[in-house]
Amino acid sequence: MQYLVSVIDNTHNLITAEEEAAEQAAIDVFNERLQAEGHWVFAGGLGVPDNATVIDNRGEEAVVTDGPFLESKEYLAGFWIIDAPDLDVALKLAAEGSKACNRKIEVRPFH
Amino acid sequence: MSTPDVREAITHVHRAEWAWVIAALTRRFRDLDLAEEAAAEAFATAVERWPAEGIPANPGAWLTTTATRKALDRIRRENKRDQKQREARMLHDNGPPEPLGAIDDDRLRLIFTCCHPALEMRTRVALTLRMVGGLTVPEIARAFLVEEGAMGQRITRAKAKIKAARIPYRVPSAEDLPARVSGVLAVLFLVFNEGYLVSGPGTDPIRRDLTAEAIRLTRLVRVLLPQSGEVAGLLALMLLTEARSAARVSASGELVALGEQDRGAWDGTLIAEGHRLVRERLATGVAPGRYQILAAINAVHTSARDIRDTDWSQVLALYDQLVRLDPSPIVALNRAVAVAELDGPQAALAAVDRLEDSLAGYHAYHATRADLLRRLGRSEQSRAAYDRAIELAGNTAETAYLTRRRDQLA
Repeated sequence: MQYLVSVIDNTHNLITAEEEAAEQAAIDVFNERLQAEGHWVFAGGLGVPDNATVIDNRGEEAVVTDGPFLESKEYLAGFWIIDAPDLDVALKLAAEGSKACNRKIEVRPFH
Repeated sequence: MSTPDVREAITHVHRAEWAWVIAALTRRFRDLDLAEEAAAEAFATAVERWPAEGIPANPGAWLTTTATRKALDRIRRENKRDQKQREARMLHDNGPPEPLGAIDDDRLRLIFTCCHPALEMRTRVALTLRMVGGLTVPEIARAFLVEEGAMGQRITRAKAKIKAARIPYRVPSAEDLPARVSGVLAVLFLVFNEGYLVSGPGTDPIRRDLTAEAIRLTRLVRVLLPQSGEVAGLLALMLLTEARSAARVSASGELVALGEQDRGAWDGTLIAEGHRLVRERLATGVAPGRYQILAAINAVHTSARDIRDTDWSQVLALYDQLVRLDPSPIVALNRAVAVAELDGPQAALAAVDRLEDSLAGYHAYHATRADLLRRLGRSEQSRAAYDRAIELAGNTAETAYLTRRRDQLA
């Protein structure tokens, strides 16, 4: 079964370049582990929500809006898609992921 | 057997066998919803047929077999509606019935699934009472003063999440077990306290159905996890608390403080069992957890012939031990009560006043202060504290008690 493991960041989370490098190193170690143990499906980081564009083409013409679909202090900063036999395994991995990237994590079934 | 006798027997079988039937079906079909529906149908069939046919020799096996058949019927009906699912689902049909031997473990699996940390606390409580306790949705809704529809939805949502997110039907691994057991105990303690400290105007001050259910489920967990000290501790704590319940509320519906209770009305059998459990845990020499310490404190109280006979230094030593495990302001408040008995109300008041920031919204903080101020002869301040405690208390018996104490002030 696959789970979407989302990394939740918030706008107040300002960190120094060194801190960012340390986080990236920890994430790399975690990613290698996911790959070695067969949990890895896909992962990626997202740009800041300010750079998002929303497009709605349900009507007669496409409406383009500058900015994310949801304005909030918390936003999706990146994600993993992992393979795990059940939620206990997924939560355990997510707990380690949270430690590695130093962010809150949401776990959801991915179809 | 007459119809009322059969009905009583079915009620008894329901209490004893519900969790077994649900657990066995969940293991076979991996679907709590299906297990619940099929078990309910099997019990309905029993109500229909047992008065005429008599109670089967092994009611549990009869119910499990009947419920399994009902579940298979349901799956076939669904399959007729949905051809695509047919092949996948029919795989389940071909297997032989699971042997009954491992069912004890299944009930334990069921408890851990219902008390999974990925479910919200109140959801865990509701799901445990429904799936393990066999209470109906209307009964659970009434117990928690929630609308029936809302409670039904809560349980339905939980079952859907368990299935969709694949919350496992499994006893946790040894390394996760202590944390997960304490999660289960938190659920059981919450059910007990909801019964013991019922809140809400116009409700009975003690809900014996809930306290009895909590004790029954804790006994079950104790049978399944006999080595766990905290399980034994929680059971002892519940028994020693329940033992005093008859003396805790007066005929006029007023709370009776520990010092004024008629100790002859305490339940000696429950106390003896509670004391035996506490002694057993002490004999292991293993450092006690929170519930074991609370049980030991209650054992000291229930060992005293009257309040003056209480070994307060022992109570205080146990609270000191508890503070190290759980440095919460509520533990500090209860500790102060023992301090008052040993070092006097002045020392206790100083300790209580330090808790104002965190407990200003808690009725017991004001009730304890009111009592200490009363003992110090500071009537004006005591009255104000009683007023605040009465405002915040939700339990009818407690409100009646606090009101009388306030009105007796000079």
